[in-house]
Amino acid sequence: MAKEISGNEQLNVVSMLGVSKRFPGVIANDHVDFVLRQGEVHALLGENGAGKSTLMNVLAGLYRSDGGTIEVNGKAANFGSPREAIEAGIGMVHQHFMLVPSQSVTENVLLGLDEPRFRMNLSRYNKKIEEIAEQYGLHVDPAAKIWQLTVGEQQRVEILKMLYRGAEVLIMDEPTAVLAPSEIEELFKTLRSMTAQDKSIVFISHKLHEVMEISDRVTVLQKGKVTSSGIQTKDVTRADLARLMVGREVVFRVEKKLVEIGDTVLSVKNLKADNDKGLSAINGVSLTVSQGEIVGLAGVAGNGQNELAETLAGLREVLDGEIIVNDKDVTNNPVKKGIRQGISLIPADRTLVGTAPNLSVTDNMIMKNYDQEPIGQGWIVNSTEANSYASDLKEAYEIMVPTIETSVRLLSGGNLQKVILAREISSEPKLMVAVQPTRGLDVGAIEGVQKLILAQREAGAAILLISEELDELISLSDRIYVIYEGEIMGQVDDGDIDKIGQMMMGARLEHIEKEGVA
Amino acid sequence: MDLIIILASGVATGTVLLYATVGEIFSERSGVLNLGVEGMMLVGAMFAYKVTAATQSPLLGLLAAMLAAGAVSQVHAFITITLQADQVISGLALNFLATGISLVLGEGLTSLRDVVPQLPKFSIPVLSEIPWLGDIFFNNQSVMVYVGFIFIPLAWYYINRTRPGMHLRAVGEYPAAADTLGIGVYALRYYYVFVGGLLAGLAGATISLSISPGWFGALTTSGQGWIAVGLVIFAQWNPIRAAFGAYTFGALRRLVLDIQGPATVLGLANPFFYNSNLGFFLKMLPFAFTVVFLVIGSREAMRKRVGTPAALGLPYIRGQRGL
Amino acid sequence: MTDAEMTKATSGFKLPFVVNIEPRVDNPPKWYSPMLSVLAVVFALLIGALVIWLGGGNPWAAYSHIARYSFGSVGVLSDTMVKATPLMFTGLACSLAFRMKLWNIGAEGQFFLGAYGASLIVLLPVLPEDAPRWLFIIVMIVSGMLFGALWGFVPGFLKARFNVNEIISTLMMNYIAIQWNNYFIYAVWSDHGFQLTRMFQRNAWLPRLSDLAETMPFFRGLTTHMGLVFALVAAIILWWILAKSRWGYEIRLIGDNPRAAEYAGISIKRNIVLVMMLSGALAGLAGMSEITGVVHRLQESISPGYGFTGIIIAWLAKLNPIAVILASILFGALILAGREVQPAGIPTLIQGVIMVALIASDYFLRNRVTITRRQEV
Repeated sequence: MAKEISGNEQLNVVSMLGVSKRFPGVIANDHVDFVLRQGEVHALLGENGAGKSTLMNVLAGLYRSDGGTIEVNGKAANFGSPREAIEAGIGMVHQHFMLVPSQSVTENVLLGLDEPRFRMNLSRYNKKIEEIAEQYGLHVDPAAKIWQLTVGEQQRVEILKMLYRGAEVLIMDEPTAVLAPSEIEELFKTLRSMTAQDKSIVFISHKLHEVMEISDRVTVLQKGKVTSSGIQTKDVTRADLARLMVGREVVFRVEKKLVEIGDTVLSVKNLKADNDKGLSAINGVSLTVSQGEIVGLAGVAGNGQNELAETLAGLREVLDGEIIVNDKDVTNNPVKKGIRQGISLIPADRTLVGTAPNLSVTDNMIMKNYDQEPIGQGWIVNSTEANSYASDLKEAYEIMVPTIETSVRLLSGGNLQKVILAREISSEPKLMVAVQPTRGLDVGAIEGVQKLILAQREAGAAILLISEELDELISLSDRIYVIYEGEIMGQVDDGDIDKIGQMMMGARLEHIEKEGVA
Repeated sequence: MDLIIILASGVATGTVLLYATVGEIFSERSGVLNLGVEGMMLVGAMFAYKVTAATQSPLLGLLAAMLAAGAVSQVHAFITITLQADQVISGLALNFLATGISLVLGEGLTSLRDVVPQLPKFSIPVLSEIPWLGDIFFNNQSVMVYVGFIFIPLAWYYINRTRPGMHLRAVGEYPAAADTLGIGVYALRYYYVFVGGLLAGLAGATISLSISPGWFGALTTSGQGWIAVGLVIFAQWNPIRAAFGAYTFGALRRLVLDIQGPATVLGLANPFFYNSNLGFFLKMLPFAFTVVFLVIGSREAMRKRVGTPAALGLPYIRGQRGL
Repeated sequence: MTDAEMTKATSGFKLPFVVNIEPRVDNPPKWYSPMLSVLAVVFALLIGALVIWLGGGNPWAAYSHIARYSFGSVGVLSDTMVKATPLMFTGLACSLAFRMKLWNIGAEGQFFLGAYGASLIVLLPVLPEDAPRWLFIIVMIVSGMLFGALWGFVPGFLKARFNVNEIISTLMMNYIAIQWNNYFIYAVWSDHGFQLTRMFQRNAWLPRLSDLAETMPFFRGLTTHMGLVFALVAAIILWWILAKSRWGYEIRLIGDNPRAAEYAGISIKRNIVLVMMLSGALAGLAGMSEITGVVHRLQESISPGYGFTGIIIAWLAKLNPIAVILASILFGALILAGREVQPAGIPTLIQGVIMVALIASDYFLRNRVTITRRQEV
């Protein structure tokens, strides 16, 4: 069967035909065909939630398919475990890195292998790993512990891990999501040097320009179904791909109304704070956000964004500097006081921080005002009031849930985020700090969340939008700060992506402009 | 009251804690908290005694103890690993179950004193001649004490310097990562919970066949299993620190018993000699010290930010959040 | 064995049905959870029967004995309630703490301290010997709760301040509590050198049903005491706190996700200390009611492990204070009538099996298990 499709002298290393994968309540992959040729970069394009990762998790042995056939190098394969997949030469670099933070690079690379048999002679293997790293331009210190590495370096370790295992097919799941533009360039170089050595790469992405730049062929998924299988990238335009991916003519464009910028709401001066490990995370950050303004904060993951958001909400101790909200010093205020003063945080982690998974929708809705009239009355929580409040929000925000008694752990990511947004917005915040509000949501949900944030801006809130998604930042923000290693590198008003990219790698705006002039 | 004797018997008593603590370290390093140590030790102590009484072979008793406690541990493994239940509550349940089992099967064993042979005690030639240290560590100690000496560095080496040890740590730190590399997370966790059970059984057998021979129902272990769980935190999941803690603890236990003996301590009148009722406060000390050890361990962990194994207490479900 | 090996091993042989397990995407029906609890108890009793049978006994006889000697007449029912009373308190104590995922397994020690606190009033003495009964009862309740709360405060504070694992610290506090009481029993309040204190005077006893026998002869000989009323009141108050109050909401939120609670501005440390103290106070009440309602003196063996059984009761009741009442009666019967069942460890074993089966059965709350006939593809 595979031969019919290929019709090309190049070898098909992987062919997946009619592959289906079902989860309780969802069909993630519906009879998907996907053929990977040797030496190509094959992009797997689709919106969040289209089923790209699921399909590749099936190929990588993490999930078992519910139907269809998979052939690897002409042999039928249905891997029961990632190990079998790796033994067949298929390695996957996941979006969340699969690295043990407390172990060294070498230990992580050797993890799960049969050799060394028993005693770990690390220095010998350090050398071996350095050699492979050299070969593909993957620079990283083999003796370093994972938690000491930057995100970009960790990704290199992941690739090394697969190469060391002799992977011939490398699946990269959204590899650019966590990287700065210049790191993306470097990654692309590595990928090309790998295809030059006849390795094949599956590049999972939802970003059109990257797919256009790196891939040889594209397969597009939409809602679990293939809309286009293995077309040559050079034969299509961005607009074609967008249509195949979204399934409608017009790609969503953010409509930003003109809003009068008001008084300064948030003013942060020379702020310093540590991270959970007790190391400096924010090192003298100063910024302002005004009424009716969305201010973006760009940066590679782990450069102090989360810590900054937490200090603003009172969840993390400020070591130095001050936070002023509406002319009041709120530095190191108790969390509750901040809530009362109209500071609202949409946390990066919906399930770990933003909600209580086993409690009902109602209980999650009233988290911020359970002790305020009319819901909180003296010592009691008035359940009638709470329920009607939750029902109203459920209606207003179109949250898809059978009843407000349902535990929120049973909600989809998009609906969960709506619960959080409904709760936060209904408190009419003066300052809203939104951290990665659209991460992991499918396209419809992203649109809804972005509209809600824009509506807040029109309502006169000051919004600090923290995101790793540059496109989103640029389309939503009025101004963008860039943070690097806990310091603000500069500010752009015009969404100049080159400048932002350079600042994300640690160049200060002054330097960039000076060099630009020179 | 002789300091050497206290330290020597501290090493002997501490050996029980050592096995139990290191067993729990193995289990927790793989990500499974097993609070059932006390119960598993009881099962071990009971089986050791019962089988030794029946076969007159302490070695067989030891083996039976380990296997029985290991088997009991698998109840916890099944509930927490396969059925993904809360590890704390399952561990508590295991205690009730194991205590019940040992009481039911241990019925009538108490009367068997003097007919049950013990594990041998002997002195190590040459080493026992070393002044001080020889008397503390190598003079007329139980064979289990000597096994313990060898066991400590081996356990440390295994966890930190070998391939299976690396896999063990990976499974407890980031099971999803281990899983994607073909390490059987479930199998390894079952295995190390079993190892924890074996060692708890060994600890129990060490009590009933050697350190304080006999079967006294639930009093046989008298809370040592819980102390072991506490010591794991103090030891920060490191067998060498665990050994240090266990021996110190053993010495303390012995000290509070012996301090009532002499009329004077360090030239002062000994209040415990003249008022034996103060002994009740002495008996509190091992437990109070456990709390103190916990405070020390927890504070140090907070300061140095060394954490528990990151996945400790969390069931692993493939494909769930963060994979 | 890896998945692949399993497939190979089983591929030759196929069961005629397929067991399908998938995570639930909705909340299970309301009757489902109580049904599982009942099944767990039944399962445990079956295991117990098996053990009795293997031990050469007659399971049917043993169980009907337990039933008869715990529910068979008003008299034994009254005794069952007496046994159930301290269990209700310790069950409530554990339920409260467990709601916040605070593993207070120190109810046993808090029970002992509660008993000590009550005894103190009579033996120190705090109140004159001829003080009125109502005053004795009130002061003993306060003192019992206070000492129990103190015993809960220590681990609570250590956890809030130093992040000390409360499982171990509460357990260690149990052993300390026992020695503490022993010191007073042996050394301070020893009655003529015996290992018990003198009997409390009558006006320091909780009223019993039999006290009413003068006017209502039906109550003659019934030992059920006022502690039962206190326990029922405590259960209702605790239910109200957990279900209706702001504090209860905070406890639920912290119990489910402490980070979310922190993010909502709720102080976790403060609540750890408060909950541990109230939990300790409830367990202290158990000790107080047992001392003043049943034993009437402080002595060594005042608890056959009420504090520990409280853990199982809390779990069986799914941490619901009202259900704790029912579960306590069941366990009261087991403790009361189980004493005569041979071998002696059977009640402990049954308790253990109940708990293991309960925990295992939670799996079916989280997952939907269906068995279908295998269809040849």
